[in-house]
Amino acid sequence: MARRASPEINAGSMADIAFLLLIFFLVTTTMDVDSGITRRLPPPALDDVDDVPVKDRNVLKVLINSHDRLLIDGKPGNVSMLKAKVIDFMAIHHNDDSYPEFTIKYIKELGLEMEMSKGIISLKNDRGTSYEMYIAVQNELASAFHSMKDELSLRLYGLKFDQLINKDETKAINKAVPVRVSEAEPEDIGGK
Amino acid sequence: MSRFKSKKGKGSAAINTSSLPDIIFMLLFFFMVTTVMREVTLKVKLKLPMATEVQKLAKKSLVSYIYIGPPVNSKLLGTNSRIQLNDMFATVDNIQEFVAQEREDREEADRKYITTSLKVDGMTKMGIVTDVKQELRKAGALKINYSTRKGDR
Repeated sequence: MARRASPEINAGSMADIAFLLLIFFLVTTTMDVDSGITRRLPPPALDDVDDVPVKDRNVLKVLINSHDRLLIDGKPGNVSMLKAKVIDFMAIHHNDDSYPEFTIKYIKELGLEMEMSKGIISLKNDRGTSYEMYIAVQNELASAFHSMKDELSLRLYGLKFDQLINKDETKAINKAVPVRVSEAEPEDIGGK
Repeated sequence: MSRFKSKKGKGSAAINTSSLPDIIFMLLFFFMVTTVMREVTLKVKLKLPMATEVQKLAKKSLVSYIYIGPPVNSKLLGTNSRIQLNDMFATVDNIQEFVAQEREDREEADRKYITTSLKVDGMTKMGIVTDVKQELRKAGALKINYSTRKGDR
């Protein structure tokens, strides 16, 4: 039988083809992980439940109007001063009536008693507030509570909050520094 | 002298490259598998606001997205922000239905871990966002995440 020996296929360019595809997928792949500020919404308000009365000194009111202007505790302010204000407000002040009350609470995870501020940050925005401003304020509040957690964590464990490895320690800190931000029911003042 | 001669005689052997395609293919398959093609086409413009205190969303399969922003086709639809669920524009009334559908799609054990990610354009007014949040509260989807980009403003 006279059979022509079939020539071997040159596989040298296979690598090139594969490279081409590889580069295509490398470029199109977006490894972005979704990130953002996580919050928990309060369960729906029941009609027959009255608002819980909170003493005036325990509330830090943060208002944002439809022109993205900030009112912190009755005084006009801006985003950059919010963090210091919140930290100051939530700190324990003995014998000072202008700051929120505090209770002494035993925290099981820590195994010791802590002075917990009864302060609440009340955030209220208008329907005309821009989302950007709202996020800026939320971010500032989150950052304030974060640095409070850092401070306590450094004092107790000698590590920053994010560096804690032990889950129980993280839990304990979260228990000791609760994020006390309440969002008021929205109001329509400034129009859409 | 003989040492040098012997080396010259052998010559450097060519590196065997026949397994190169295999290696490349392996990488290729890795990237093919990990690539997630976007499953919804955005009909709204999104320029997410910046924030520094961001947390990562761990399980992507347990996240449902709500997009709010000005329509891409602004000539036809105007510049007022709209809500997009899946591939369609929607109104606030559709949210509860959407949440129910998203729950239905997940396994029963996972349902309580569903996070709703709000991808909202920075220029959007809070009114529409508040409406959405109220609907989410009614629907019982309480875990939300304001999607932001990381970085200083």
